Amino acid sequence: MERDDMRTPLARAIGLGSAKDGVQHWWMQRVSAIALVPLTVWFIAAIIAQTGADYTAFVAWLRSPITDILMVLLLIALFYHAALGLQVVIEDYVHSGTRFAAVIMVRLACFAFAVVGILATLRIAAGP
Amino acid sequence: MASNSPGGRQRPLSPNMQLYRPQLTSVLSIVNRLTGILLSIAAIALVIWLAAGAAGPQTYAIVKAALASWTGQVILFAFTFAFFLHLLGGIRHLVWDTVHGFELRAIYMSGWTVVAASVVMTVVAWVASCCMGR
Repeated sequence: MERDDMRTPLARAIGLGSAKDGVQHWWMQRVSAIALVPLTVWFIAAIIAQTGADYTAFVAWLRSPITDILMVLLLIALFYHAALGLQVVIEDYVHSGTRFAAVIMVRLACFAFAVVGILATLRIAAGP
Repeated sequence: MASNSPGGRQRPLSPNMQLYRPQLTSVLSIVNRLTGILLSIAAIALVIWLAAGAAGPQTYAIVKAALASWTGQVILFAFTFAFFLHLLGGIRHLVWDTVHGFELRAIYMSGWTVVAASVVMTVVAWVASCCMGR
């Protein structure tokens, strides 16, 4: 065993360290970012085309198969990316005991908003 | 984080934001975070809009009127600008992840490109939207 290794022999044997969750978090932030580039650009373009549209046109737009698939994909990638990003902001600036609670709140809120958004999209797509 | 040093003495923490001269690099770094937070709020607005659509024409009309109001339009404009700053800033980050563009010249060039392109794209998006609305 190397002298300058700060970890205990048990930690070395189990192979668990801090450099696992962090890499996964960093990597998923990038993967969701890459997914969001085409999805958000599509959304902005679609929303510009929808300017001034009434309810009937809005429903017709969301009922097209491509639109509701892209909208669900957008919601998943968007709230996943938001949860990862907001968690980093909290971890950087919240140092008190509220940090743990704040991270859990953000995670749950992002999950809940994604579910509400997806269900609303599917409800519109499925019709009354 | 007041007394984290031996003896509980107050020591200055680095970087000391009050003394630090703002630079394009540091400002854009903070902007990327702020726009990220702002766009999380925009994402909630998106869900409200979709949920109102699912609830029916009356609820949808209320949300649509709120978005079409002056306050709503200003907020949507801010969201648009924040979106393009975050999108282009994010692409800049993805390029950095491939270990490219770290020379000081390249960093400033990409930084100013992000700012200029965000302004242009926001204006183009709103001009296009106004044309569609007519």
